[in-house]
Amino acid sequence: MTPKKLISTLFLSSTLLTPIAHADIKIGVVSSSTGPIALVGIPQKNTVPLLPTSVGGETITYIPLDDGSDPTATVKAFKKLIDEEKVDAIIGPSGSGNAMGVIQFAAESGTPMLAPVGTAAVVLPMTEQKKWVFKTTQNDDLIADALVGHMKATGVKTIGLIGTADPYGENWAKVMKDLTKNAGIEIVANEKFQRQDTSVTGQSLKVLLANPDAVLIAAPGSSSVMPQTTLKDQGYGGEIYQTHGAALDPFLRLGGKAVEGTILAASSMLVLDEVPSSDSKEIATKYITDYKALYGETPATFGGNVLDAGLLLENAIPTALKSGKPGSAEFRSALRDALENTKEMPATQGVYNMTPEDHSGFDERGRVLITVKDGKWALVK
Amino acid sequence: MNIQIATLLGQDGLTNGAIYALLALSILLVFTVTRILLIPLGEFVTFGALTMAAMQMGKAPNIEWLLLGLVLIDCALDLYQYLKHRAEPKKLKVIALKLSYVVIMIGLLNQLPLSEIPMALQVVLTLCLIVPIGPIMYRLFFQPLAEAPALVLLIVSIALHVAMVGIGLLLFGPEGARTEPFSDSNFRLGSVMLKSQTLWVILVSIFLIVTLFIAFERTLYGKALRATAVNRMGARLQGISPVFAGKATFALAAFIGSASGILIAPITTLYYDSGFIISLKGFVGAIIGGLVSYPIAAIGAVAVGMIEAFSMFWASNYKEIIVFTLIIPFLIWRSMNSHSVEDEE
Repeated sequence: MTPKKLISTLFLSSTLLTPIAHADIKIGVVSSSTGPIALVGIPQKNTVPLLPTSVGGETITYIPLDDGSDPTATVKAFKKLIDEEKVDAIIGPSGSGNAMGVIQFAAESGTPMLAPVGTAAVVLPMTEQKKWVFKTTQNDDLIADALVGHMKATGVKTIGLIGTADPYGENWAKVMKDLTKNAGIEIVANEKFQRQDTSVTGQSLKVLLANPDAVLIAAPGSSSVMPQTTLKDQGYGGEIYQTHGAALDPFLRLGGKAVEGTILAASSMLVLDEVPSSDSKEIATKYITDYKALYGETPATFGGNVLDAGLLLENAIPTALKSGKPGSAEFRSALRDALENTKEMPATQGVYNMTPEDHSGFDERGRVLITVKDGKWALVK
Repeated sequence: MNIQIATLLGQDGLTNGAIYALLALSILLVFTVTRILLIPLGEFVTFGALTMAAMQMGKAPNIEWLLLGLVLIDCALDLYQYLKHRAEPKKLKVIALKLSYVVIMIGLLNQLPLSEIPMALQVVLTLCLIVPIGPIMYRLFFQPLAEAPALVLLIVSIALHVAMVGIGLLLFGPEGARTEPFSDSNFRLGSVMLKSQTLWVILVSIFLIVTLFIAFERTLYGKALRATAVNRMGARLQGISPVFAGKATFALAAFIGSASGILIAPITTLYYDSGFIISLKGFVGAIIGGLVSYPIAAIGAVAVGMIEAFSMFWASNYKEIIVFTLIIPFLIWRSMNSHSVEDEE
């Protein structure tokens, strides 16, 4: 036998000899650790090693894939996980648009999908397909409700909106329109900008001309900073509100003095030291400590969303194991049912209470009002 | 709309326009001399800005490793050629020089207290890090196919852009960055505040454009580049090395790109992937100049900045559409007026 043949024979036999029968639970994780939404995807990918590795005597194996922020690649990753790896559930993807495109594949194959994405559209309105989807982030209207509550309490009558021209900004504009109507607040300006724009002077001037009592900036990540610094430069004196999209440490670093006194609502992960102790606080503190030990930096909230997905699964798997073996359709279906019956489960973002209608499951324990004080996050008291 | 708003928007448009003009000029320069449409120009802008930001945070910018890697490959190629031909003994000296340059740069970056040194020094260090990447890139990716059709060069250029965006994410991370302004002072002109950074951008741009103009009109090297742009074959017959011309234009483009990045980094948040859209607007300016005329390209680029600023005020939703639709009437007008400038030899 020639050496070449020998090698190929060895190779072939080794693939045949790999253990076929393993009843491990397999979970796919799809994140966007490269491409435009890497800001969200990287902490999510980094969280995978911190997810629970065994439950009810079964080992959980995670299969992480990167979709490069590309919706087509997300579909490919989902198909690979479902058809080849035969996973029992999928955590991901990172982007709202990416998630919308794969719901049908998760539903067709009957695989529960836990999406750590921003848009509520993945679970609302509930349909036959979306019943396979669970969302581990607060819905925009829950956050918006807290902000509008603060506006009402401080006597704000008119607001201006500056949002990104993407699903994030669009959805916020929609949510605010509904909520402010009920609260008797008028939106006097509604401007859009692109994440990569080098200037927002025009939008900011337009808002200034309308002279609103307060301005809400709805933009994800660091792009939320520029509208605020521009407004301050042009001498705007009113209150500035931000969404949970700004709840990242770079916001403080990039904004400096201009973001002092901003009001935003987000999960309590940013101000853990100040919130009263609860199960959520304990879990989040442990997560942050572990993450810091592994990567030397505090995780962005997006990472917490993935950890919560892991915790939801950990909570649901023992129930599902009673109905079938991992890898079978019965197990996946039972897992979905168990996830839907999650009750009073604390995790990093708040307390989950799933119902057939609500697959996000947060209440007001999932958000706190936060402000910026002396360059640090602080709880609004 | 009153005078005050118009001046604020005008100021904004002029600032961005000045940057677009610089980029339009380097796109034009590279295209006329080498027939390459330099798509990765925008990456030099972001690399410049993000390197500067990393230094101000007191971190040695990771781009030093990219430079090291590229120089090592470059030197390996030099060495291979030297061993193959044994023709030029001074090649060894060049290799030694290149390697010691990188070693000194890395040493400096890791020893100096980067966040405390004067800003001028940070700027110089940033430029010293990024400008060499330009000519090395030409040498590695374009020199072997210098005679290929323009389409092939364009495809390589796009590939390089995609690769550099990926490398940018790896080197600088996904976060946006912003740098300190050159000075904090503001000027009052009538009822309008003028930011000093705006003046910096406009003055430096004008200075660079004038310097380039003088260099091309008065110096031998500048004339050599111009000769190559006018007629490659003719220039070659006169003893002007096309390799030299290619490397020189890429160095200039890398310099202008990273300088633009350093200039606008204090007024805007830049991400690892912001470069493309910025250089694309410079490209619109270059197209208005028909990819041949420098003054028209510069004026066109400033016009792009102005239109961008005012459309941002009137119709923020459609800003990009308005800016990029601009290109269509000019393309039609150009294609009706011009007799083919295509020179596929």
